[in-house]
Order: sequence, then structure tokens, then C-alpha cells
Amino acid sequence: MSRRAQGVAGAAVLALLVLLPLFLGSYAITLFIFIFFYAFLGQAWNVVGGYAGQLSAGHAAFVGVGAYTSAVLSMQVGLTPWVGMFVGGAVSAALGAVIGYLGFRFGLRGFYFVLLTVAFAEICRVVALNTDAVGGALGLYITFTGNPRQFQFQDNRAYYYVALAMMLLATGVAAWIERHRFGAYLAAIRDDEAASEALGVDAFKYKMLAMTISSFLTGLGGTFYAFYLFSLQPNAVFGIPLSVEIIIRPIVGGAGTLLGPILGSFILSPLAELSRAYLQGSGWSGAHLILYGVLLVAVVLFLPQGAYPYLARRLGWTDHAR
Amino acid sequence: MPDATLVAQGLLNGVLFGGVYSLMAVGLTLIFGVMRVVNFAHGDMMVWGMYLAWLGATRLGVDPYASFLGCAALLFALGLVTQRALVGQILDAPHEMQILLMLGVALILENAALLAFGPDPVRVRSPWSAATLWLGPVFVDVARLVTFAVALALTLLLYLFLKRTDLGRSMRAAADNRYGALVIGTDVRRVYAVAFGIGAACVGAAGALVSPIVPFSPSGGLSASVASFNIVIIGGMGNLPGAFVGGLLVSLAESLGAVFLAPSLKELVSFSLLVVILLFRPAGLFGKSPS
Repeated sequence: MSRRAQGVAGAAVLALLVLLPLFLGSYAITLFIFIFFYAFLGQAWNVVGGYAGQLSAGHAAFVGVGAYTSAVLSMQVGLTPWVGMFVGGAVSAALGAVIGYLGFRFGLRGFYFVLLTVAFAEICRVVALNTDAVGGALGLYITFTGNPRQFQFQDNRAYYYVALAMMLLATGVAAWIERHRFGAYLAAIRDDEAASEALGVDAFKYKMLAMTISSFLTGLGGTFYAFYLFSLQPNAVFGIPLSVEIIIRPIVGGAGTLLGPILGSFILSPLAELSRAYLQGSGWSGAHLILYGVLLVAVVLFLPQGAYPYLARRLGWTDHAR
Repeated sequence: MPDATLVAQGLLNGVLFGGVYSLMAVGLTLIFGVMRVVNFAHGDMMVWGMYLAWLGATRLGVDPYASFLGCAALLFALGLVTQRALVGQILDAPHEMQILLMLGVALILENAALLAFGPDPVRVRSPWSAATLWLGPVFVDVARLVTFAVALALTLLLYLFLKRTDLGRSMRAAADNRYGALVIGTDVRRVYAVAFGIGAACVGAAGALVSPIVPFSPSGGLSASVASFNIVIIGGMGNLPGAFVGGLLVSLAESLGAVFLAPSLKELVSFSLLVVILLFRPAGLFGKSPS
């Protein structure tokens, strides 16, 4: 497709998504919220996990830190979550920078970073479980007021638009990165770090930057999580299942591509929701995670680039990311 | 400030539990050392070792201190198949791909255990579970003592295997230099499959051995994996003696942390140890060079 045709197609899809809630029932809207929110988280992960090729398997840590920060600020200081959201993002970014500093330092191989992200998420979970000031094992419950100032809405459609806007924001950031020198540096680091450094790319600096941006965005998502679900449980918000939910969409859709996380979320979120609705009720609580496990194995073995690059090739579109 | 008896008891418990940690970490570091693959499913393999011992005890009436050999054999087969069918296919892929693959295996193993055994913690009864010995003011759990002794013996056996047998030597050769080993005619494929099998057998045996001591549930796999990663990084990735000493060290640190802070914060102690090591000695205590 030409650039122009892409623009037209993009605008048409966007208009459709904006108008869609007028025609959808409440369950379908909930499903779309789910799709957009996980596409947003997947896109945020994509900045460091896809473009920079630094696999973080503990991104739930940033959702949790962002969520706890804005929830505590709202409950104890009365700060509106619209501001608390950015404070949460900043705290998450700081945590991301610490993990990046420990994992990216010269001479350390990539898997140190992976292990660190998992370990930090686990440690956040243990700390939250043991800190009574944030509810300990019981977690935090947010009372529903329906007040938009409190990031709470009577109408589900408001959450729909907020989630859509967040997805577009993260995609905008990813598109910006892709089109600028920063994106080219990240691609060079991902493909061959030693060669990129030989050409003068400061790999540590750009990996740190990618990690900080990614954790900031993911931290913003924490506020949505807290004020959409009204409850925060350490095991849920810092747990490995959430980290897996975050990474599996961009991996299946195509890590390091702009539309991969979105495509992945459109494929997997309805699937996850269906299996949750039908299997969980009958006591098969682990079933959809087994499905994710099989998918991860299958994608790695048979479609390592993900679905989007495959589709784009099949349909004869220009593959603009890799 | 806890009194001296408590501290002595903590030290003793730390050392005794350390045998299990060492065995877990030795398995992980062997797999990593030989084929540079991080086994993300390590803890979940351990959980399967625990449940196999539980099945043996409840269905067949076999004591876990006898059935651990069977558990190790089954886990050996699981590791071998995992390597042959999955990991072996992508040995040359970027390491993120291998980690994603193993993460997929971990999810399958953990949730298959959840489907098969349910979420509630269980515990295996062994005749030794209730027995204690008194050493002056401190007591020794007989079960812990036996677990420690068997774990130690298995680690030593593995060490002898790697040093003295032809297959063990080829394994070390393949770990040292894959292409070099290929050139001199080593069957690298076989070596890799056996190494993965032995790594899984180690952690499976560790799971069976620890099953009479602590209650377990399917969700415990991740924290066991994270504990193994911690130990292996602290000891130096791919370094067998490092994993062994690291296991004892981390267990001691956690045990003392439980005495001085709170039992629920023991993970925080080993984790702080990890951060300090990464800051000041990223190659680990016994590692040579990080890259």
C-alpha cells in the first residue's frame, strides 16, 4: 500500500472505532475496552521488548507500581487520578531505569535483564503483600463514585474512549520512535549490539531510554487498571500472568512492528475473554494460560516474526518496520 | 534482637535447606552452561517433581525418600523431550526466543498441574516428617537432615559424572566450545539432550526431596524459578561449584533474614543479595568474565 492509501485506511478505521460505541451493547463495549487496554500495554512493552529487542518478562511490575501510586494518592491525599496517573508513570519509569541500569550495564548479556525484570516483579509483589499501608494481602479497594474527576464513569463508553485514546497515544509514541533516528538506533542494537556500538551507537543510553519510556507508559496503564477494576490485589497486579498477558499480544502480533501489538490484541483478547467466560466458570481456571503457553511455543517455532509481518507479506503491503 | 539459640537454629535450618537450593541451581546452571539456554520452566519442573512424589506417596504408598529416584527419572525424560522437540529446534535463535519458548513451556507445566491437582497446597507425609533430634539447645528436623544429605550426595554424583565419565567430559567440552566439540566428533545433539535431561532430573529430585518438608501448590513454580535464577547469577552463570555454594549461601541468608526480619520477607533478602552482586560483581562470585 502507498503511504497515502495507508493514511486513508488508518483514518477510516479510526472513524469506525470512534463511532462504534453508538451501535454496540454493553458486553461488546467491555470486550473492546479489554482489547484496547491490552493493545496499549502491548504497545508500551513493544518500545523496549520489540523495537529495542530487550525482553522484559516482568512488565506487570510497572502496571502495579503505577496503579498503587495513583490509588494511594487518590485515597490518602485526594489527588485526582488524572494527575496521579502521571505520578504513577514517573515512579514506574524510575523503577524501569533502576532495572535497566542493573541489567544493561556493559558486558552483561541480555538474559540478565530478563531475569531481573521477573525478579523485580516478584519482589514488588512480596513488598506489596507485606506492606499494611497499601492493604497488604487484602489489597486496595476503591469506592465507586462515578465521578469523572475520580477517573470513574457511570457510562462504560467513557472507559472505551479513554482506553482507545491510550492505545492511540502509545501507538503514536511507537510511530514517532520508528520514524526517527532513535528507532534506527534501537533496530541496530536489536539486530547486532556489538556492530551498532562499533558504529558509535551508545547502546546503553538508548536501551535505558527505551526502557524508561516503556515503563512510563506501562505505569500510566496502572491507573486505568485501578480505576476501571476498583480493586488492586498484589498477586494479580504484580503476578506473572499479567506480565504474560502484556507480552503475548505483541509477540503473537509481531514484536517491533507498529501494528503488531494491536493485531495481537484483536486476536487474543476475545480469545482470552471467551476462555475466561466459558472455562473459568467450570473450574478450568488454568486453561487459557495453557493456551497462551502453546501459542508462545508455536509462535517461536513457526512464526517467530509474529502475525503482522506474515500478513503484510501475504497481502503484498510494504513491511515498514523490520 | 533475637537470642543466640534462635540465630543458631536459623543458621542450621539455612544450611540444611541449602542442599535443596544447591541441587536446583546446579540443574539450572548445567543446562545454561552446556547450551546457553535459561530454563524458565525450571521451577515448574520442580513442582512436577513434588507432585510426582505426592502421587507416589498417596497412590502407591512409596516414601518420597525412595520415590525421588523415580521422579528424577521421569523429569529426565521430560527434560530430554523438551530439548529434543523444542529447544533443540532453535539453538541458534536469539536468546529472547529461547526464553519465550521456555516461558511457554513453564505456562503449560504450571497450569497443567493446576488442572490436574487443583490450587490448594498439599504436603507429603513421610515417617521422618515428625522426628526431631536435639543438639543441645537447637533441634534438627530429621526430614531436613535426610533431604540435605541426599541432595548433597546427588550433587557430588553429578560432579563425579562430569569429571570422570566420557559423556560427562563431552558435556564439559560442548559447554566450553560447541564447534570445537563438533569438530572432534562429539555428538553434540545427544550431549545437549542428556544435559537438559540431567538438569531437569536435578530439579525434579529436589522437588521430591523437599515435598515432605514444605507444603506446595502449582503456583509455586515461579518463585522456585526466581530463587534458582538468583542463586545461579550470584554463583556465576554456568558455574557448577558456584551454583552449589550459591545455594547454601542464599539459603543461609534467607534463613537469617527470616530470624531477624520476618519470615515472609526472606525473598527480599536473597533479592538484595542479587542486586549487590550485580552492582559490584556482575559475573557472580565464581564467574570469570560476564561476556
